[in-house]
Amino acid sequence: MAVTARPEVISLAGGLPDTSTFPPDTFAAIAQRIAAESCAKALQYGPTEGLPETKGCIAQVMAAEGMHADPEDTIVTTGGQQVIDLVTKTLIDPGDIVIAEGPTYPGAVPVFCAYQADVVQIEMDAEGMRVDLLEETLDRLEREGRRPKFIYTVPSFQNPAGVTLSLPRRRRLVEVAHERELLVLEDNPYGLLRYEGEPPPPLYALDGGVYVMYLGTFSKVLSPGIRLGWVVAPPPVLEKINLGKQGADLCTSTLSQLMVQAWFEQARWQDYVDSLTELYRARRDTMLDALAEHFPPQAEWTRPAGGLFIWATLPDFIDTTDLLARALRDNVAFVPGAAAFLDGRGRSAMRLNFSGSNEESIREGIRRIGEVVTEQVELYGTLTGKQPARRAEPVPEPGGAEVVPMPTRSRRERRAR
Amino acid sequence: MTRVAVLKGGRSLERQVSLRSGARVEDALGRLGHEVEAIDVGLDLIARLRELRPDVAFIAMHGRDGEDGTIQELLEILGIPYTGSGVLACIRAMDKVLAKHLMVEADIPTPDFYAFNETAFRELGAAEALGAIEDRLDFPIVVKPSSQGSALGIKFARSPADVPAALVAAFSYDSKVLLERHVEGRDLAVSILDDQPLPVVEAVPQDDEFYDFQARYEIGRTSFTCPADLPGGLAGRAQELALATYRLLGCSAFARVDLMLDADGELTVLEANPIPGLTETSLLPQAAEAAGIGFDELVGRIVESALEAAPAG
Repeated sequence: MAVTARPEVISLAGGLPDTSTFPPDTFAAIAQRIAAESCAKALQYGPTEGLPETKGCIAQVMAAEGMHADPEDTIVTTGGQQVIDLVTKTLIDPGDIVIAEGPTYPGAVPVFCAYQADVVQIEMDAEGMRVDLLEETLDRLEREGRRPKFIYTVPSFQNPAGVTLSLPRRRRLVEVAHERELLVLEDNPYGLLRYEGEPPPPLYALDGGVYVMYLGTFSKVLSPGIRLGWVVAPPPVLEKINLGKQGADLCTSTLSQLMVQAWFEQARWQDYVDSLTELYRARRDTMLDALAEHFPPQAEWTRPAGGLFIWATLPDFIDTTDLLARALRDNVAFVPGAAAFLDGRGRSAMRLNFSGSNEESIREGIRRIGEVVTEQVELYGTLTGKQPARRAEPVPEPGGAEVVPMPTRSRRERRAR
Repeated sequence: MTRVAVLKGGRSLERQVSLRSGARVEDALGRLGHEVEAIDVGLDLIARLRELRPDVAFIAMHGRDGEDGTIQELLEILGIPYTGSGVLACIRAMDKVLAKHLMVEADIPTPDFYAFNETAFRELGAAEALGAIEDRLDFPIVVKPSSQGSALGIKFARSPADVPAALVAAFSYDSKVLLERHVEGRDLAVSILDDQPLPVVEAVPQDDEFYDFQARYEIGRTSFTCPADLPGGLAGRAQELALATYRLLGCSAFARVDLMLDADGELTVLEANPIPGLTETSLLPQAAEAAGIGFDELVGRIVESALEAAPAG
């Protein structure tokens, strides 16, 4: 157990859905039904690519976001995390380039490191990855004679930044993939957890599954404990992923797959997602209100339209890895921003999770973090003899932006020095 | 057979390191034929100890609580013999500022330094004195919390502009921080076992510019040489200084003293650690190994000296 997981600590560090909302009666009925109807099957190995029944459920979830994938192109995996591992294992030799967002999903960082990928991170703003900078980077790499193996992106309610890739950028990203014949791994765990606005189509829907590989998961719409995800990819890649999965764990838990199947038959899975959406929307609003109340004016943060995370950026002189040590003395935790970069950036940022704590804990947690941040801002003012300048007020985007802009490039560079 | 309670974990930021030290110690004690009970230190510590009534407590904790005299004081109250240094030595060693003042007084060379409480800045305008400190120490200056281990919170200030942020970082760990002259040179460590210095270990970071928290505990991030390849007489001098520091602070049974060797061949003592790490990458076990003392023997000797030091009956 880590220091951040002690029971007295309010942890805004995790990425946990709230599983306490799942009805125990439903769980019992599902288990009862599997015991009665398919006990031996549930206890047996299954095919590496997954059970056909599971693929039927996957088709329903993907259809809810406007996607249609061939079950033949799908492999059921042990959580979405395994997809990142298998795709990286399949495509990356040491030194090969992966393009990712900056910041990127902290859980992908150790995977990329384990396979010794050279990760190039593309800056983001309120509309997600800066595709113009992506193109510049691809041009530069091409001049250097280097070709990335794939682009890893979480386009909707990104982990950790909370921002969403805009439709024009989605279109352009897919065009870029086609023009340059580049694979994209679209990681979409949160797409259905939308709290406001209209969803843009997934990259997979825009591309039709030519260059875009799709990663889905039941972790956020049902439960992370059942460890069930999937990947849709073009056949040549899929064959290698299948081989990799045989080596890793032979097959995904049959019991978990039958549970999902039983649940989909027994209940309207969308109703449960709707209830989660209600719950998380209120928690997001609570966190945003608490941030406005308790964080000093020198801080800024994103305003996610869905998902689980808010990304807050503090003044340059605060290192959030050190701040976490101070915050833990007040029994509150967050993820330091440096965990989302491989190049030393993100040191003044933090990821805050609002799905895994109740509203009271969120308010109190943000109050405590706000207090230590304010304390450090004041101390810095005392040390330098002047109060640090406020961050510039965000300029509202035409048409009503759903997020506060991410820190600008110049500010990042200043901090990275 | 001796009943040994291995105390590990706790609330310290070095909790994970402690859990690894503790697990290795438990394995060794088991191989030595002792009855081993592991305690992840928390609110039930006293109750657990009263229930177990161990013959001796092996303190495999680092940083706050375990290394600063707190656990030692509790064990004194319960009358349970424990491994390593006593309360006073822990208090002296864990407080780098106090330890360095004692070294200066005892003529043990230690890098020049100035130390402040947060209140000095907040209430006494100590920031006004920063310029004078910077003039005297020269850049780069090392800024560190007084009582944090594993290099957590240590920052290098390369220019006056870096100093305030480095202080803010150090104050995240402790209300007392020190600004220290940076010694460019080689990282050395001398471990002491039963009042005898072990061979000198040199830590050579593989990629990072200094031996930080990650480099310390990830296999392959740092390479170690033991015995360190040092020019004539320097190894002996390092051992003398380490032993003098160990005695000055009143340590017992074992400890590790960290030193720097600069380009002119001058040695300075940075700090003493009353409960150095016992993980796979830690320096005390490596030094013991180089002296022909395997890990099990090391653990066995630490337990024996705790039992010998305990009052009879």
